[in-house]
Amino acid sequence: MSETRTIKIEILRYRPEIDSSPVLQSYRVPCPQEWVVLDALDYIKNNIDSSLSYRWSCHMAVCGSCGVMVNGEPMLACKTFLREMGDTVRVEPLLNFPIERDLVVVIDDFLENLKSLKPYIIRKTEKPVEEGTHLQTHAQLKRFKQYTLCINCLLCYAACPQYALNTNFIGPSALALAHRYNLDSRDEGYAMRQEIVASPEGVWECSFVGACSEVCPKHVDPASAVQQMKITSTKDYFLRFLGGKR
Amino acid sequence: MSRKPYIRPVPKTSWYMKYMKHDRYKRYMLREVTCIFIGIYTAIIVLGLYNLSEGQESFDLFMATLRTPGALVFHLFALSFAFYHSATWFNVTPQAMPLMKGDDFVSGSLIIRVHYAAWAAVSLVILFVVGA
Ligand code: SF4
Ligand code: FES
Repeated sequence: MSETRTIKIEILRYRPEIDSSPVLQSYRVPCPQEWVVLDALDYIKNNIDSSLSYRWSCHMAVCGSCGVMVNGEPMLACKTFLREMGDTVRVEPLLNFPIERDLVVVIDDFLENLKSLKPYIIRKTEKPVEEGTHLQTHAQLKRFKQYTLCINCLLCYAACPQYALNTNFIGPSALALAHRYNLDSRDEGYAMRQEIVASPEGVWECSFVGACSEVCPKHVDPASAVQQMKITSTKDYFLRFLGGKR
Repeated sequence: MSRKPYIRPVPKTSWYMKYMKHDRYKRYMLREVTCIFIGIYTAIIVLGLYNLSEGQESFDLFMATLRTPGALVFHLFALSFAFYHSATWFNVTPQAMPLMKGDDFVSGSLIIRVHYAAWAAVSLVILFVVGA
């Protein structure tokens, strides 16, 4: 069998206690066929430099914690095979977020925004337990299913040039999750979410570049959610003049 | 330990250059640029209407100006940009306006094809009306 190829991994590191700004550091790592970027990071941490910080949990594209920039593209470190890359691979923290340390970014803003959109089912009056569950047809489920697949990896934020320019923008996945609940036949929270969705930091910050949907590892297509919400927000706006309400 | 998050600077010009390295952002910018041509085209139409209201002589002058080489070249550009704008818009309509029929979504390619068909129909009607 041929020898395992080795490659150079360049990592943008930031150690707040010693660095005033991020610096690149290179490591040589083996690169077996089945290795993903996360395996290389693990190798570095376990064998070369234990001070390297990065987030991960599931190693199977489910938890959404390992988002990084790989050669300039937002990717899941656990889903990006090294065999498809050249001899030098650059790994950086997700773009558009403050760097906490090395590859770990600060996502507090996103979490606050997500919370403000109330990403859970809201009922005007709760149905008593004795009356049983809320039933849903296949069609009703299908309408929003794709938006439930989001793993909050935030690759979409790293790809979004509007978010780069204005981090007050609520952003793709938070809006897609708001849309997911708005579309749910059991939910009655549309009007509450709309206060944020239709605000200047909401859907109107989006100019439909569509990059979020291109990089999304789960095919959530957040851009589609945002465009659909623009349409409903516009309808609301005009219906208000007619004295109607949604 | 106190935190000291590092915010990577986003200077407007290098931001632009950085994004423009990727094809997807180039395509996006090209689409945005089409608006300029469509905007100018619309302004020309409005000018034409104004000339029409000023009487025959003024309108004839307007029409003669449209036949100059410069105006023809501009209109060719504007037309191709309008095509590009329309085609890229039609291609994303299934994302913006998904339709459900029964338990499933109507296929995206069908929604796109219907848009093209409507475009062709409207164009034919206009050609017919103008020709008549
Ligand atoms: S929408 Fe896609 S890219 Fe954005 S956070 Fe969710 S899974 Fe990640
Ligand atoms: S480690 Fe969970 S998504 Fe990559």
